[in-house]
Amino acid sequence: MGDRGRIIFFQILFGLVGLVYLGQLFALQVIDDSFKELANDNVIRKLTTFPTRGLVYDRNKELIVTNEPVYDILVTPRLVKNIDTTKFCTLLDIDKETFEKNLAKATRYSRYRPSNFIKQISKEQYAQFQEYLFQFKGFYPQVRTIRKYPFANASHVLGYIGEVSDRHINKEDSYYQLGDYIGLTGIEKEYELNLRGEKGFRYIMVDVHNREQGEFDAGNRDQPSKAGREINLTLDIKLQQYGEQLMQNKKGSIVAINPKNGEVLAMVSNPTYDPNLLNGRERGNNFSILSNDTLKPLFNRAIQAKYIPGSTFKPLVALIALQEGAIYANKYFKCGGSYRMGNMVKRCSHDHKSAGNVPVAIKESCNPYFWQTFRALIEGNENRSPDQALQVFNNYLYQFGLGKQLGIDLPNEAIGNVHRPEQFDRTYGEGRWGATTIISLAIGQGEMELTTLQMANMMTIIANRGYYYPPHLVRPIPSDTTKYQFYTSPNSVSVNKEHFETVIKGLDKVGKRLVEIYKFTDIEGLDIAGKTGTADNPHGEPHSLFSCFAPKDNPEIAVAVIVENSGFGARYAAPIAGLMIEQYLNKQISERGKWIEEKVLEMNFINPKEEDEAANE
Amino acid sequence: MNRNQTRKKSSDVVVVLTYIALVFFGVIAIYASVYAPGLTFFDVDSKHFRQVIWFGVCLFAGLIIMVLDGNFFSALAYFIYAISMLSLVLVIFFGQKVAGGVSWFNLGLFKLQPSEFAKFATCLMLAKYIVRTDVNLKRFTDLAWAFGIIALPAALIVWQGDSGTAIVFFSLVLVLYRSGMPAWILYLGIALIFLSLIALLFENQYLLIAFGILGALLSLMNIRKNRRIIPYIIGGAILFSVYVFMVNFAFENVLKPHQQNRINVLLGKIDDLKDAAYNVYQSKIAIGSGGFSGKGFLNGTQTKFDFVPELSTDFIFCTVGEEFGFMGSFILIVLYMVLLYRIVFIAERQRSAFSNVFAYSVASIIFCHFVINMGMTIGLVPVIGIPLPFISYGGSSLLGFSILIFILLKFDTERYNIVR
Repeated sequence: MGDRGRIIFFQILFGLVGLVYLGQLFALQVIDDSFKELANDNVIRKLTTFPTRGLVYDRNKELIVTNEPVYDILVTPRLVKNIDTTKFCTLLDIDKETFEKNLAKATRYSRYRPSNFIKQISKEQYAQFQEYLFQFKGFYPQVRTIRKYPFANASHVLGYIGEVSDRHINKEDSYYQLGDYIGLTGIEKEYELNLRGEKGFRYIMVDVHNREQGEFDAGNRDQPSKAGREINLTLDIKLQQYGEQLMQNKKGSIVAINPKNGEVLAMVSNPTYDPNLLNGRERGNNFSILSNDTLKPLFNRAIQAKYIPGSTFKPLVALIALQEGAIYANKYFKCGGSYRMGNMVKRCSHDHKSAGNVPVAIKESCNPYFWQTFRALIEGNENRSPDQALQVFNNYLYQFGLGKQLGIDLPNEAIGNVHRPEQFDRTYGEGRWGATTIISLAIGQGEMELTTLQMANMMTIIANRGYYYPPHLVRPIPSDTTKYQFYTSPNSVSVNKEHFETVIKGLDKVGKRLVEIYKFTDIEGLDIAGKTGTADNPHGEPHSLFSCFAPKDNPEIAVAVIVENSGFGARYAAPIAGLMIEQYLNKQISERGKWIEEKVLEMNFINPKEEDEAANE
Repeated sequence: MNRNQTRKKSSDVVVVLTYIALVFFGVIAIYASVYAPGLTFFDVDSKHFRQVIWFGVCLFAGLIIMVLDGNFFSALAYFIYAISMLSLVLVIFFGQKVAGGVSWFNLGLFKLQPSEFAKFATCLMLAKYIVRTDVNLKRFTDLAWAFGIIALPAALIVWQGDSGTAIVFFSLVLVLYRSGMPAWILYLGIALIFLSLIALLFENQYLLIAFGILGALLSLMNIRKNRRIIPYIIGGAILFSVYVFMVNFAFENVLKPHQQNRINVLLGKIDDLKDAAYNVYQSKIAIGSGGFSGKGFLNGTQTKFDFVPELSTDFIFCTVGEEFGFMGSFILIVLYMVLLYRIVFIAERQRSAFSNVFAYSVASIIFCHFVINMGMTIGLVPVIGIPLPFISYGGSSLLGFSILIFILLKFDTERYNIVR
């Protein structure tokens, strides 16, 4: 080959390579679009901005749930180099094993992407750690907020938040992502949509070490988060606090409702816990301690426990019987200490003159009177079989909110137990039962169970002489149409007002007598009308019950109190109800009240022996 | 004729302008690749400004070269070559260790890389040898000497631990071809490169079967007409088979693991994006995301945020590709093509064979750098760490290439001189 050919060889070689490279560049830069996306994947990070959760106030605008910043420490394992582990562990108060374990876990997730190393360290701990952060390459903080409860009360009402479960993420809308917080119980759950706000996001650019390099596109594509709504509880946190104090060392519950609008003023369930325990890093530990506690502190006795109402049920029997015409206000039933029914002889619990009218029967809590009343109600109408008559009776109970959920804005409200005729059919056989078979219902025993909330609501209806607003814990939010409608519409019962007056006369007598006997409260103007009760139960001492409202003529508060296993009658529950009413109506406790308060605080039905130990602490 | 001998021409405008354009392009690219908010162009400590200073040094060197007589270089070719080889040896003992290699003298204020200067020394030496009247590259011994001149610096540089730079010297084989080396050697070389790639790409046993079948077919085809060629066909097939084994043996035993990885990445045998492939992957993302017109000066994200390693030196083209897009890449490639074609053109207008050989040497070296460096950034060539001429940051490299260009220009101004 001559010179000419060899020169051309060079020219072709150069030209060929130039063209091949241009072709490859054209393919990479012009034809293939995927590199732009890959570049964005490299550089752009979409960060979620978490909204602050809505604050919660009580009825007097007292802040009772707030947010507190905590810091998660994230790690990008690839960047972790030459770390003084001892120092690191001391600063974060963890041991070396935990360090290794967490780092290994993060590495399994990804060596290149950051993931949680340690969650929720406190502001104080973070402040210390931050000073040395520059020494720990690969670690960086992320701030988020947890709940803080300045009052440490009303834990059952408030509930708690926790990380959303996998199941929830799969099932529900796509709003939640792993690691997000969600209300798990209480109003945190019920009002999740109001409280959570709306997450936002922002785009940032990062370098190869995942260090932030400023915002992408000048922040034009960012969407700020929307803070959660604040919520106003109907609770009076002072009253709640006082109630919890009164219930110390007792099992049981208190529900106080404002009859005028169904607002729950206090809902106490004891034993309780500090809501701050179920928040933050120790949540898991504390939760297992609390859920293994035999006293069941996590159980909301006010709406989840079912109690036999006992004598507190009698006013309702009287109201129904009066309305149905089975008795009239001045109906006389002989007591005589016992009552013969077929071949059964039932005794009254105590000696008293036979009641000549309903109010006295209520005052005396005369069992024979109500047995006979109930019998008249079930068997007195020739046109009705006992089956039908019980159905009529039950229909009244349903109107009074028994045997169904009242629809309070808390999860897991119990229904209670109102036995349907079919259920008795199943037990005794169809047509083989009558008033005598189910006579216990007359005095609130047997197949009859209520929640404390239902008892308080029952008193609300009596106080209002015939109607109630569904009890609720959050001031209805107008934009929340369904809920707003529900809680602001009154529900009436089909019992005439005069019958209520008759019954209230009896309740008033009860109140007056309690003042005489127990001196539990004789503060002027309180005018408590109520009914005591004893709920026998197979597990030890009976429960002491009291449900009432005050003042009698212009009721502002209805209260039901249950003290479990405390013993007979009103001795325990009634003073507590009285103090609650006094605290609510007068905002303070009188001299006489102080004396009762002291006695109440001393009562201990959980573990009397612990008193000394507690004193030593 | 005598008149012509002394007639001087001015420097070739095309080469001068392309040279300046490329250096300018380089300074801009270096500035973009080191840019961070707050950096100004006149930051004395920054790489781009140092490059500007080096450019000043280059112009000064150019001035000296232009003042000197062209014969100076041919006269001192042996001497320059000897000094250069000595410096390559000395650096092994007195040089600064950087990442497993000793290629740099640390002179305090700056560092020098003698292998960059060995290029022009070898070019001069090769030209000097080839143009000797008693040398004929068709003769095996003379060819062997010429190979020796090329191989000596390459071997020393491999000893330094910089096999990338050593490879460049073998581009001078192209010069031998131009100067009369039998063509079949080049073709054989090209064939062997292809065969090597095939050997690495496919399993040995398949290749043996393929060679067997191919040999058998060729033999059958020739069995009537040309029976005598059959032994050669069979011998060829056997030789090919042996070569395949040798390539794989060399690959496994001579190359270091990271070098094996780089080749495997190119051949698509490794998809792991963590080590070897990561750089090429990020490099392609940077260039590819530039699109047609680029993201704009200083707006590259892949390059600015350190996704591409060795950005200002080996992967400088990523900055061009990302910020100036296909248009910028196109302009850069066109500049190189103009330069290379022009050098070939200049080579052929030399009366002096020495100048002609030297010019082809310059073209071959620049071409080799261009092919390897740009090829690796766009994923066509395995990663070999050598600079992109005139563009990559580095004083030694810029000065080395500049000296090549300036000597070429000097020779060109004296292109009517025959004797050298």
